[in-house]
Amino acid sequence: MSVGADPGRRSRILGDLKGSGQGSVWIALASTLVFAAIVVAVVVTSPGWPAVKKAFFNREIFVDSFPEIARAFLLNIRIFLIAEAVILVFALLIAVLRGLPGPIFFPIRALAVIYTDLFRGVPTILVIYILGFGAPALQLSWLERFTPLFWGIVSLVLVYSAYVAEVYRAGIESVHQSQEAAARSLGLSRPQTLRFVIIPQAVRRVIPPLLNDFIGLQKDTALVALIGPIEAFRQSQIDVAATFNYTPYLCTALLFVLLTIPLARLTDWLIARDRRRQLAGAA
Amino acid sequence: MRAPALVAAAALVVILAAACGSSNKSSSSTTTAASSCTPDQLTLVKKGQLTVATDNPAFPPWFGGGSPKGSTWKFNDPTTGKGYESAVAYAVAKKLGFQRSAVKWVVVPFEQLFKPGKAAYDFDINQVSVTPQREQSVTFSASYYNTNQALVAIKGTPITKAKTLADLKKYKLGAQIGTTSYDYIVKNIKPDKQPAVYNNSNDVNSGLKTHAIDGIVVDLPTAFIITGAEEVPNSVVVGRFPAIGGGDHFGMVFAKGNDLVTCVNKALSELKANGTLNQLQDKWISSVGAAPVLK
Repeated sequence: MSVGADPGRRSRILGDLKGSGQGSVWIALASTLVFAAIVVAVVVTSPGWPAVKKAFFNREIFVDSFPEIARAFLLNIRIFLIAEAVILVFALLIAVLRGLPGPIFFPIRALAVIYTDLFRGVPTILVIYILGFGAPALQLSWLERFTPLFWGIVSLVLVYSAYVAEVYRAGIESVHQSQEAAARSLGLSRPQTLRFVIIPQAVRRVIPPLLNDFIGLQKDTALVALIGPIEAFRQSQIDVAATFNYTPYLCTALLFVLLTIPLARLTDWLIARDRRRQLAGAA
Repeated sequence: MRAPALVAAAALVVILAAACGSSNKSSSSTTTAASSCTPDQLTLVKKGQLTVATDNPAFPPWFGGGSPKGSTWKFNDPTTGKGYESAVAYAVAKKLGFQRSAVKWVVVPFEQLFKPGKAAYDFDINQVSVTPQREQSVTFSASYYNTNQALVAIKGTPITKAKTLADLKKYKLGAQIGTTSYDYIVKNIKPDKQPAVYNNSNDVNSGLKTHAIDGIVVDLPTAFIITGAEEVPNSVVVGRFPAIGGGDHFGMVFAKGNDLVTCVNKALSELKANGTLNQLQDKWISSVGAAPVLK
């Protein structure tokens, strides 16, 4: 039982500083500063630094382009929120279909396997190109009302649902057989067992890897720019081309980091909470 | 333990201060114009050869002659000397005294043109418009071609009836990333719908083909290629735009401060004076068909 409490296995970076006295804090601070000084010294004294500084860290261009890029970043957030909501539902459906028992459901299971294999295998960028330029080229009248933005979101949903379905499946399979047997013996039907016993436990277990996939999704919203929409990366590209200076890319990178850090910290917090609960249950 | 931290912090400050100081005194070397423009006098990326850059694929009418078997160039191989930009590059090289075989072509994508550090090319020729903002990062030659922007659309669609810039406001327009065509849309047409921006001219064409956009804004010679070579079937040049702010001037791109530019400019002005540039334009850039001016 004490394995989970071993501090060496924890991923908290400040974990071993607490409770070991003032001295260790100062050592950590000093070594951080020395490390930072060495990195800065190597970069800043390199012969190309003045040119790099001008090309990547131009304050004037940063201030000029930041508001525009931040406005375009709202589109990334919109794409992300819509795609995420659809993926959560769609991927669960795929995972459940893949777990259907018996020979009669073989075609459905096979389809689910083919789907996950295909869309995890094909690079996102290609899916966006093929759907974004291919689907409207079919010239079906009912397809015409959809914009490139729509096809971009559909592509992201298809690709990320394949990943997330696998995460769900891992969660479902990690729930012990005895849980299902117990539920069935209580008189719950198979769908009821899935709905009230298996999935609630499965989803709770896979929340951290799920959030990890969503961090990936946030970054890939930039790929939608390929078929026309102007999101943050495209806006920065436009500014880079206009100024012949790479600083606008820095703005975009900063915005993406600011968006992903809260989600990453939330993931850490959920993992920690989960561990606490499991330990409490075991005691 | 307080002392090492302070020392480190102090070191950091000193280093930063030193770095800031040094950035001011660079690039103060005066551009000593080479007295004679012969291959052995010029500062070149590789001695004895003129390294000319452009992007791959090489699009018409700027490059021509197709892509011979075994060539890594798509659409057109610049070494053929065909197409306007290829022809101009060889004409300049000849003026500078380079043998044809001493001209080497390299692929440099647009975004790498202005990266800091040593350039991989002597000059780049790839329909780059000269703007004051860009001049802060690179050096441009004198203009070797002046053009206007134009509008391409599918025949029979409502946008083809447009007569003025104001008529275009309600349409979805598209352009290639990094072009002054995009700037023209945003600054002069100011459409109600946000324009679509694509990675390269093929993708812009796909946008029009799939009706994701109503019209393409592009430089006039390329507009005639899109319609003439049926790059977009059933397309038409709706019109050319007035040159607000002086129109587009294509210049060759040099690494910032490269003094080779003075010799290239001398060659260009000679080619302009003796009519060579005009001849090459007539030869490679056709403007078949009328393109009314959109007011």
